[in-house]
Amino acid sequence: MPALTADSRPALPRHAKLRFDTARDGWVLLGPERVLMLDEIAAAVLRRCDGQATLSAIAGALAEEYRADPAEVTADVTALLQDLADRGMLLP
Amino acid sequence: MTAPAPPLALLAELTHRCPLACPYCSNPVEMVRAAGELPTDAWMRVMTEAAALGCLQVHFSGGEPTVRKDLEGLVAHAAALGLYSNLITSGVLVDAGRLAALAAAGLDHVQVSIQDTETSSAEIIGGLKGAQAKKLAFCRAVRAAGLPLTLNAVVHRRNLDRLGEMIALALDLDAARLEVAHVQYYGWALKNRAALMPTRGQLDTATRLVEAARAELKGRLVIDYVIPDYYASRPKPCMGGWGRRFITVNPAGKVLPCHAAESIPGLGFDRVTDRPLAEIWETGAAFERYRGTGWMPPLCQGCEHKQRDWGGCRCQALALAGDAGATDPACNRSPHHAALVALAGREAAADDAAFTYRRFS
Ligand code: SF4
Ligand code: SF4
Repeated sequence: MPALTADSRPALPRHAKLRFDTARDGWVLLGPERVLMLDEIAAAVLRRCDGQATLSAIAGALAEEYRADPAEVTADVTALLQDLADRGMLLP
Repeated sequence: MTAPAPPLALLAELTHRCPLACPYCSNPVEMVRAAGELPTDAWMRVMTEAAALGCLQVHFSGGEPTVRKDLEGLVAHAAALGLYSNLITSGVLVDAGRLAALAAAGLDHVQVSIQDTETSSAEIIGGLKGAQAKKLAFCRAVRAAGLPLTLNAVVHRRNLDRLGEMIALALDLDAARLEVAHVQYYGWALKNRAALMPTRGQLDTATRLVEAARAELKGRLVIDYVIPDYYASRPKPCMGGWGRRFITVNPAGKVLPCHAAESIPGLGFDRVTDRPLAEIWETGAAFERYRGTGWMPPLCQGCEHKQRDWGGCRCQALALAGDAGATDPACNRSPHHAALVALAGREAAADDAAFTYRRFS
């Protein structure tokens, strides 16, 4: 499986579902026998993983929104998405 | 006292009926017959209440859940509630048309159990001739329908040597996940323990194989694997802790903290037809009995792992230590642990006895 790059267009696989959990007041990513509780940033990243936007576009948009350093955001987003891809919860 | 955190998942045991007869089936020895099963509207209400309580997922299991003609409607209801739905099936009863209907109803995921990769062995274990070809065809149909697939391989002495083939089969069937589940010895499996217990050597080989395959297949196939209790040094957090993650409803509507909880004498179970599900989860006697750490024996009370494994499995403590409130003998601090290890070694060396199949008595 290829590693994520700036040009990857990450998407959620069919078995992963992103939804808001009102009982616990946060976003969750659901998969077979998996419930991943997401923090605000991770949820913001995953909401943009539509198979169209590139990783660099996603990171750029978030850096702007949170007024953060683009290089740092890119590194964080890449690490988060690579980890999810390794666990079969993201298509790189 | 504060209310317990809500459950993550509802295990909906829709029926105990099943065309197979696996000798390790996790169903209780006393099974519910068709006439005693909850009707459709009751299951709909159970799911509505479970979602309101905080459940995020529903696992449709059994027995064989697809014997229920109303499964499509139940899946559609789960989808409408936003519950992630997982169908746990043997795959022998569903044709392409029914599968299409389930997919259209919004089914999120399918998990198919296999007994072995070798057809004759698989069919001896499952007790049903012709099952293997049907299962494999079903798995391919699941992927053709665009549904994600988990292959669930229940392993024991009689098939553990074919773990490599099971991994290859999961890849061949385009499963995203393989669950290698060692038999849990309660219920039917307890009756067949000597016929199923793996040897230490088999186990070590299997563990190495899984580790290598995990590294090689990272990002392609997720392999879930847990060391079986009898060879572990610390118990698993059974069900993620009693009354912490899962709420199980049996075919008759009894609400259980674990699918095997009925084996524990003296526990009274509420029914979904008598009380609201939230109330049962929060204050039901069976849930309160072993929730948290207050019930624990001194050995666990004083242990640094108590909030990691929650003292292990209550059903196993009962089966092996004679007391559901004891430290799980899978723990190497339990006074019963040495006897357990010796027993595993003895039974693993036993002859391959005939199985006691799971059947309605
Ligand atoms: S374990 Fe075997 S017998 Fe039990 S429900 Fe599953 S397929 Fe049926
Ligand atoms: S003593 Fe109890 S809490 Fe500690 S590891 Fe053993 S089972 Fe777990």
